[in-house]
Amino acid sequence: MAFSTATAYFAPQPFPLNTASPRSHDNPLITPASASPFFGSTPKLRLSPSPKFNLHRRSGSGVSVSQVVKEKKPKSTRSLLITKDEGLELYEDMVLGRAFEDMCAQMYYRGKMFGFVHLYNGQEAVSTGFIKLLKQQDSVVSTYRDHVHALSKGVPARAVMSELFGKTTGCCRGQGGSMHMFSREHNVLGGFAFIGEGIPVATGAAFTSKYTREVLKEVDCDHVTLAFFGDGTCNNGQFFECLNMAALWKLPIVFVVENNLWAIGMSHLRSTSDPQIYNKGPAFGMPGIHVDGMDVLKVREVAKEAIARARRGEGPTLVECETYRFRGHSLADPDELRDPAEKERYAARDPIKALKKYIIESNLASEAELKAIDKKIDEVVEDAVEFADESPVPPRSQLLENVFADPKGFGIGPDGRYRCADPKFTEGTAHV
Amino acid sequence: MALRNILGKRFGVGLAGRRPLSTATCDVESGNAKAINLYSAINQALLIALETDPRAFVFGEDVSFGGVFRCTTGLADRFGKARVFNTPLCEQGIVGFGIGLAAMGNRAIAEIQFADYIYPAFDQIVNEASKFRYRSGNQFNCGGLTIRAPYGAVGHGGHYHSQSPEAFFCHVPGIKVVIPRSPRQAKGLLLSCIRDPNPVVFFEPKWLYRLAVEEVPEHDYMLPLSEAEVIRQGSDITLVGWGAQLSIMEQACIEAERDGIFCELIDLKTLIPWDKETVEASVRKTGRVLISHEAPVTGGFGAEISASIVERCFLRLEAPVARVCGLDTPFPLVFEPFYMPTKNKILDAIKATVNY
Repeated sequence: MAFSTATAYFAPQPFPLNTASPRSHDNPLITPASASPFFGSTPKLRLSPSPKFNLHRRSGSGVSVSQVVKEKKPKSTRSLLITKDEGLELYEDMVLGRAFEDMCAQMYYRGKMFGFVHLYNGQEAVSTGFIKLLKQQDSVVSTYRDHVHALSKGVPARAVMSELFGKTTGCCRGQGGSMHMFSREHNVLGGFAFIGEGIPVATGAAFTSKYTREVLKEVDCDHVTLAFFGDGTCNNGQFFECLNMAALWKLPIVFVVENNLWAIGMSHLRSTSDPQIYNKGPAFGMPGIHVDGMDVLKVREVAKEAIARARRGEGPTLVECETYRFRGHSLADPDELRDPAEKERYAARDPIKALKKYIIESNLASEAELKAIDKKIDEVVEDAVEFADESPVPPRSQLLENVFADPKGFGIGPDGRYRCADPKFTEGTAHV
Repeated sequence: MALRNILGKRFGVGLAGRRPLSTATCDVESGNAKAINLYSAINQALLIALETDPRAFVFGEDVSFGGVFRCTTGLADRFGKARVFNTPLCEQGIVGFGIGLAAMGNRAIAEIQFADYIYPAFDQIVNEASKFRYRSGNQFNCGGLTIRAPYGAVGHGGHYHSQSPEAFFCHVPGIKVVIPRSPRQAKGLLLSCIRDPNPVVFFEPKWLYRLAVEEVPEHDYMLPLSEAEVIRQGSDITLVGWGAQLSIMEQACIEAERDGIFCELIDLKTLIPWDKETVEASVRKTGRVLISHEAPVTGGFGAEISASIVERCFLRLEAPVARVCGLDTPFPLVFEPFYMPTKNKILDAIKATVNY
């Protein structure tokens, strides 16, 4: 199936496919023959003088989208990037993500939640930047680091906190826990403990949207699916299989790579032959974009284009967000391997502080208004904890539910009750 | 909550089983022994394997810094990055790559970070590793391949950090499946697996990594594969299990003894090919058998044991073969205590079988 290189030439920023450009790792200094606009993984944007990858330099290669946007627009219109309402919405969402995760850590160390919990601190700009542009019917597929994706999509903090505590009022009735946030109402398709497993699921969801529009002729259906995953996943077969399928069938999906440089203890730069993940997009026939994931405004700009592209039916996009997690891989990770200097560098680029600074300096809102939001979020999170605390633990019968489609699974004994409600449950074999 | 009170418990010390503990190269009992835990024992075994065979490699996710369970601590420093290295996150790639290494005569020791993640590699194991020698007419083989994976419940693992997939692999002719119950067993069995001329999947009970502490000889020793061990003598009922579940079964045995029921406890150690003779001899003595494992009961390996025993000992059996296993649901998160085959469930089953 041929794909056109002259796709969306819509004002003002098109995403060409650069099919003629050489693979960047062959000779990084070659500039492609076509003078295409910079968006995408054109090698000519690599700022490094040396042909070898400098392992200690984070990819300063690839000019980020907004830098060019800023260059093109006059300085005085900088504040037009967002309105006051949008700014406050973004701020509130990021603060919610941060406060929630910090509370998770507290609750974990107090023993209120257990299991493997992976926190999102530092990466809020990606979640907020992308998900706040979605409609309710758009779908989000995430990884095990999914609390904040669920929150951004609209799942109430109470439901997420209860799920973490394992209570019936949780979004999955306490069955899934930290790594498996699902919500039919908000179209959150999970929560996947296994890396890469969510990407094919997202691809299928995107296909449904396209099918609904083109075959079932519901022309209003322009639902988009976002698949979030990390840098480690980009070396996994499922990722490549889905890039191929999505480009082949031009699915309305955006693949969002949250590249935080580390897969538990494995450095991305040491485990990937071409660490610039956005290069993998054009290899499969879709645009590959790199963006500074610590800046929510830049992420939002890129997200707008990618999502709009998908909505118009032009196919998938691969967006690599350069970001960082401030905490360890999980709450059980001592996080000894990362260089403290690296951590400090990224801590200085805290997305929430950056947005706050931007809002205040652009006179979009006052410090007092932002503090009011902080306070409101603190109350929301505390209320979520109280709610989760007071919620009931699931009944034993729930163990046997939902194994099969019949909501009671096969857990009913000959007397019509759940077998596990039978006082002789502990006896004999475990036949259910 | 299921009782896992096995701190300092020692298994199988000085038991007169049907066969001696070790018929292989070294005598387990001689030499210096130090009390160490399971991950240290595994670490020692890997160290010895790398030392004694210059063509041995250890690879997997995060093994360089020691692994998420510290089993590979210090190996990269000692043997260098060319022999102990991290792979990208691709289980299928890891095992397939290991098969290639083994086919060229190397000893490939692949680590899968959690047994729950082994499924992408299942294709390579079933379709390639197990059939390599067979379909090449013995021109090539991947006997040098050993796949290590932590398996089993850990208290808070949930769906994807607690599974026991041993039954899937037991259905594959051409590979061996080995599960140790304690540090001393683990070191000897792992060395045997590494040196065995067949591909082996070695499941390590992750709950025991820190909890199980035992005197482990410091020298190089191997324990025989496909030999089960009777770790507790009895006359009323035979209990068969493996891995971490044995500690639960042992507690049930102790309580049953107070009620006058004397249980014989057998550690299978190697699941395929399993030691049918030892188990059969025990059943001929007691006339009753109970099998327990964490994996779901339907289609679990207990079913194979049950069917085999019934075939061989039908007339001797006094009661149906009992299986006390995990429930037929995905491994739950909050419901783990109800899902697990606990001491009480085993005790109830022992009594029901003995009083049949």
